[in-house]
Amino acid sequence: MANYFQPEIETASREEIIRIQNEKIVKQVKHVYDNVKYYRDLMDEKGVKPEDIKSIDDIKKLPFLTKNDLREAYPYGLLGTDLKNCVRIQSTSGTTGKRVVAFYTQHDIDLWEECCARAIVAAGGTNEDVVQVCYGYGLFTGGPGLNGGSHKVGSLTLPMSSGNTDRQIQFMMDLGSTILCCTPSYAAFIGESLAEKGYKPEDNKLKAGIFGAEPWTEEMRRSIEKSLGIKAYDIYGLTETSGPGVSFECSEQKGMHINEDHFYAEIIDPDTGEVLPEGSKGELVFTSLDKEAFPLLRYRTRDICILTREKCSCGRTHVKMTKPMGRSDDMMIIRGVNVFPSQIETVLLNEGYTPNYQILVDRKNNTDTLDINVELTPEQFSDKVSDIQAMEKALEGAMRTMLGIGPKVHLVAPKSIVRSEGKAVRVIDNRKLHD
Amino acid sequence: MAIKQLSIFIENKEGKLSDTIKIISDADINIRALSIGDSQDFGILRLIVSDTEKAISLLKEDYIVKETEVIAVKMDDKEGALYKILKVFEDAKINVEYTYAFTAPKLGAYVVFRVNDVKSAEELLTKDGFTFVNDGDLN
Repeated sequence: MANYFQPEIETASREEIIRIQNEKIVKQVKHVYDNVKYYRDLMDEKGVKPEDIKSIDDIKKLPFLTKNDLREAYPYGLLGTDLKNCVRIQSTSGTTGKRVVAFYTQHDIDLWEECCARAIVAAGGTNEDVVQVCYGYGLFTGGPGLNGGSHKVGSLTLPMSSGNTDRQIQFMMDLGSTILCCTPSYAAFIGESLAEKGYKPEDNKLKAGIFGAEPWTEEMRRSIEKSLGIKAYDIYGLTETSGPGVSFECSEQKGMHINEDHFYAEIIDPDTGEVLPEGSKGELVFTSLDKEAFPLLRYRTRDICILTREKCSCGRTHVKMTKPMGRSDDMMIIRGVNVFPSQIETVLLNEGYTPNYQILVDRKNNTDTLDINVELTPEQFSDKVSDIQAMEKALEGAMRTMLGIGPKVHLVAPKSIVRSEGKAVRVIDNRKLHD
Repeated sequence: MAIKQLSIFIENKEGKLSDTIKIISDADINIRALSIGDSQDFGILRLIVSDTEKAISLLKEDYIVKETEVIAVKMDDKEGALYKILKVFEDAKINVEYTYAFTAPKLGAYVVFRVNDVKSAEELLTKDGFTFVNDGDLN
């Protein structure tokens, strides 16, 4: 049985979707050109006028936006309306300590929450469900997004936020949560904790989980489904485009439907910027079609995936994207947090260390681990063990402030980090993230 | 009176200690005293050797090596001997950062101290009649 939150749009014909996109892109481009000087300059530079965009096919003429543009324009440079019309800010961590800050009008919040509501309904959610949201609340979009979506569905919402697993389990069992929203690694951890407490998968009332914000494999899906006795669905999004709910899985559990009445997706060659034909693997680019406060045209996500328009058994007609298969930059997602090697390098230089370091990422007991080896210099060397340990602790603290997650720092001997062809291998990621 | 000790940063990994000691051994430098302070990841190898200058010049190619001043106090091989020295430090509120003891055929028993105030430690111990091992004794 197929469940839709907005059936008329979720199952609209291809012609209808194109008609909506054509209509919206003209307005969105005009809105951006009239209100966002930063992007107007980019368009002028390229010699593109709003009048040149007559349909969605003309989108190719527009310049790209990158994360670097977002940093350049921080904080208000890409704002598409007066601040007095905005009602919310969400944020993600950025490379140089500068964060990506996204603004929302009430219209933008409604749009975002409707997208999340579609995801919840696709996972079987109704107004009879109890939705336990254990994504972080606050600046991170995970908690607020699913919370809002759950409200729109009319489900009973449990705004747990992340952490405190004992309390999560107590509420889950006492209040009969039926849908769980969190990162897949936390879902796996909850599953293990339930087993440790002697609960069997059939003891909880959960029927589905909506898991995102980090890469996960089919193998991990099966293991979570088994340990919790549920169906596990993927959800995708990024703060730049609003948050989770840009795309979501349906009952087929095979690719995520992009809400293409709000977000137009393209796949490009990351090196040339050329738009690739359907079915090609490349970098995912999003254009918002209906946003007021933070409209982004042709934003390069750096996520590598494939788009397909094969007919879906769920009845939805919106294009599907595969799970991201990698990145076209060096960003890592560790415990749901975006981490760039350049952030780690910035901390090391700020704290007076050499930029000779190596990042080791692994996944142990379904939790990501982050270890950073840093070469010590003769000047920094103290022959007291406790001094070196205190230096490691101080560096861990500075890293935690910058990254939002705590790494384990190991000071190592100079020249001990292996250099291949003279260039050090910065990141060793031993996790299995993609099928 | 204070003598020179080598402090060498080595990773706490298989073979690292022997790699380091081999350099000293190949150069015919004699190790008079040795101690290691370690954590899970690294160790700090502390050596008193017959030719400090030469050892440093060889080791600094591949290692972080630092010269540290320590005092080596001659000690009677008797009950309570160590306590007598520690009592001097305690009364003067001199902080011992680390210590290790050794015996050598010609020198007898001695204790190496790394303290936060070398000068006061030497003065106080001298006043109480203690004697020290000097750099010249180690060649």
